[in-house]
Amino acid sequence: MNLVDHLPALQVALPLLTAPLVILLRNGFLAWMAALAASLASFGLAILLTQGVLGDGVPEYAIGGWQPPFGISLNVDGLGALMLLLVTGASSLGLAGGRLSLRRDIDNRRAPMFYGAWLIALAGLCGIAVSGDAFNVFVFMEISSLATYILIAAGRDRRALSAVFKYLIIGTIGATFYLIGVGFIYMMTGTLNFADMALRLGEVIETRPIIIAAGFITIGLALKAAIFPLHIWLPRAYTYAPNAVTVFIAACSTKVSIYVLLRFNYGVFHGNLLGHSDLFSVFIVPLALSGILLASAIAIYQGNIKKLLAFSSVAQIGYIALAAGLATQAGLMAAQLHMFNHALAKGTLFLCVTAFVLTSRSANMDKLAGIGRRMPWTMGAFVIAGLSLIGVPGTAGFISKWYLVVAVMEVPGWGIPLVVAIVASSLLAVVYLWKFVEKAYYGTPPDGDVSAMEVPLPLRALIWFAALANIYFGLAPQLPIALAESGTGTLLGGLL
Amino acid sequence: MMATSTLPIILILPLLGAIGIAFTGRWPNLREAISLLTAVTLAVLVFSWFPEVSDGARPHLLLSEPLPGLTLALSLEPLGMMFACIASFLWIINTVYSIGYMRGNNEKHQTRFYICFALAIAAAMGIALADNLFTLFLFYELLTISTYPLVAHKGDAKTIASARVYLGVLLGTSIGLLLPAIIWTWVATGTTTFTLGGIIEGKLAGPAVGLLLGLFVFGIGKAAVMPVHRWLPAAMVAPTPVSALLHAVAVVKAGVFSITKIIIYIFGVDFLFNEPSAQWLQFAAAFTIITASIIALYQTNLKRMLAYSTIGQLSYVIMATVILKPLAEVGAAVHIAAHAFGKITLFFAAGAIYTAAHKTELWQLAGIGRRMPVTMAAFTIGALSMIGVPPTAGFVSKWFILAGAFQAENYIAIFTIIGSTVLNAMYFLPIIYFAWLAPPADGVDMNHGEAPKAILLALSVTATLTIVFFFFNQPLLDLESQLVESLPL
Repeated sequence: MNLVDHLPALQVALPLLTAPLVILLRNGFLAWMAALAASLASFGLAILLTQGVLGDGVPEYAIGGWQPPFGISLNVDGLGALMLLLVTGASSLGLAGGRLSLRRDIDNRRAPMFYGAWLIALAGLCGIAVSGDAFNVFVFMEISSLATYILIAAGRDRRALSAVFKYLIIGTIGATFYLIGVGFIYMMTGTLNFADMALRLGEVIETRPIIIAAGFITIGLALKAAIFPLHIWLPRAYTYAPNAVTVFIAACSTKVSIYVLLRFNYGVFHGNLLGHSDLFSVFIVPLALSGILLASAIAIYQGNIKKLLAFSSVAQIGYIALAAGLATQAGLMAAQLHMFNHALAKGTLFLCVTAFVLTSRSANMDKLAGIGRRMPWTMGAFVIAGLSLIGVPGTAGFISKWYLVVAVMEVPGWGIPLVVAIVASSLLAVVYLWKFVEKAYYGTPPDGDVSAMEVPLPLRALIWFAALANIYFGLAPQLPIALAESGTGTLLGGLL
Repeated sequence: MMATSTLPIILILPLLGAIGIAFTGRWPNLREAISLLTAVTLAVLVFSWFPEVSDGARPHLLLSEPLPGLTLALSLEPLGMMFACIASFLWIINTVYSIGYMRGNNEKHQTRFYICFALAIAAAMGIALADNLFTLFLFYELLTISTYPLVAHKGDAKTIASARVYLGVLLGTSIGLLLPAIIWTWVATGTTTFTLGGIIEGKLAGPAVGLLLGLFVFGIGKAAVMPVHRWLPAAMVAPTPVSALLHAVAVVKAGVFSITKIIIYIFGVDFLFNEPSAQWLQFAAAFTIITASIIALYQTNLKRMLAYSTIGQLSYVIMATVILKPLAEVGAAVHIAAHAFGKITLFFAAGAIYTAAHKTELWQLAGIGRRMPVTMAAFTIGALSMIGVPPTAGFVSKWFILAGAFQAENYIAIFTIIGSTVLNAMYFLPIIYFAWLAPPADGVDMNHGEAPKAILLALSVTATLTIVFFFFNQPLLDLESQLVESLPL
């Protein structure tokens, strides 16, 4: 066995094992350094894995040499690699860009614990992406969720406590639903391995426990993915979390839940349950549509830029869910691409917000008036990422919108109304983003001071690196497209 | 023979200029020198392509292919060549004028102004060179976004509200209508590349063609076909050099240019001529021409009147295009150029009057010809060109449009053009008369002279060009006749 074969295990083990070491460091700066190093190393591993997936493929990894379906297996395909890139990339971006902001938000004595929790969350999210076992996914989901609750509540804003409590309750309900569903399936098939499950379900097809299991799993994961109207935990959690944490979780955590949803619905149920895809579409598409339109409309009326972006996230998750719910090849492509591109745009936007809050100490849009003149570099990056979120050509967001529109046009009878809904929501995105951009450039600061105040050069460089990535993947999107194609192949593998 | 690989320099040059301007903001003289130098270099570069394209060369360069069949590519053909020439050439003059205007009025944020100006020109060049709808759309959006800070330049509440209308209408129509139209075209035909003769024929038929045409025409809000014209009067809050940019150099020209290009290269002239569902467009254009002219009659503010005049003139181009006869297509192309020279002169004059005398309303202009003879002489030439009186540029294009209309025996077009010529004369001639011959109105301060020299220089040049174009237009006609040489006359 060479190194590449061990990568899936390393991807989880590295952050998980670094976490206790970080806690021992007792110094905020050193802990940050160690966490960033681990996060960047994970990102490096994710890149190696991606190369492996696009090359010869990564072999299934059996933990402890116990072969599946009896042992726990880890496997990585295109979709998994895409998720790993997102998770590790968002974590690195949040850590690298969040040093100054976190130094202010987190008490220095508690900082090592905080960074430890960060790495555990990272390990959990990576674990979900590599695991080939339904119960294992649940364990990693709990690991990452519990660590995320800590991250969100770690800041100085006391409102985060009530927000995180709500998240905790709803997240636990979601995880429990998922576990109930997995339990039913285990009862009927005697296996927890995804691939094995897909094989054995055929014997117990159309039995009531399986149908109920499908319902529980779908709703549980929809709760965790914040699919409208199950999103109520999300806006406050994103808003009151420390800014750097928001960069991390907004870019990837809900997408990981959608990833599991795709795994189950397409990898396991799709080929076995008759009419499951239709049922799934009928359930998810109306919710996704209302999310796309209503959450965008709600975003317009927010006075806090973080909350505005949080509602925009709910709408964007709606796009992903809509594309995934179409149950077509084009739809799955669009869903995966939009996961990638939205993470890119939203991560950049929240990173810019981190910079704004760093200098002006508020995320309230009235207090941020005139910030565009005071921080022209950061605001420029914000506008680029905003254009990507809207889906203007030349940016990453356009690529996934294009795939999405092409995918919905294939839907018989519903093509035009769906296109109209997507276009309308893009226009709403123009409105809510422009509301802030206009205020930032032409508003008068509350204290009338318009002198320049930029964040330090390294942070500015990082923000622009992220913004330019939005343009790069808009002009040369070959990498995410190749991964999404590979992912679509495995998801629909049984059908093609 | 110039290397095709040098095509992107046309786009990169203004971007480099913008960066240079950004870094020299502290030294105004150096900053303006860079603006001018970029403008001149760009124009030389663009014009150096003219002979080749005129000889039939069609340079083409693929930049990238983000999605299969969806490419970022540049090419030069007669229509784009002409648009690039006009925009790059008028940018030089507009820069000279801007320097005079911005300094004369002590405007703030001048660095931002010149940066956005350079970005807007880069976008206009991209539109001119676009080889397919996707590339066109990309630069179309860039043009909207880069001109927004120019329109909102003043930064007070009223300006912001108007700029919001500008941005809202242009972005809204382009994302809401133009983008779906492009996607529809791509789904139906598998390509978005501009191809002589069109790509729609055989792929779509019946009412779908008319609907697609509608999505394109109203999606390209920059062409200001009613009812998507509201942004143009709203954008009058901008400083005058910006109005000149909007009306003559880049923005509205980009709109009618795009529509003309789409009709010729996406739909195909022959195909559209035989498609009944596409006939509505000439009624829409006729309605816009007449209505805008009537509204212009009622305006009391000089710049607003000019704005409505532009709306009418833009629909001339569209009307000419949808006559769908070779001579009219040439007329449409020539009218883009002719209107550019005339309208930029009028706006320069309006700006000169504002800078020297702070006058914006029509009644204040009585007797101003004696105080500002150069400015008003230029204004007169511009106005005559709008009406289409020889020897001005406006006559040349009207000649071709009318000839095309007679060729097609299209009486709607003929009567619209005649009717609107009368209306144009009705709102322009009284101004000329009062400005030269009437005594000043009571209580109007007449103690002013001409505007700064840079402004005078700029408007004299454009006024002269408006006349020169009447006598010297053969190279452009030769170029544009290539557009239609494959068609039977």
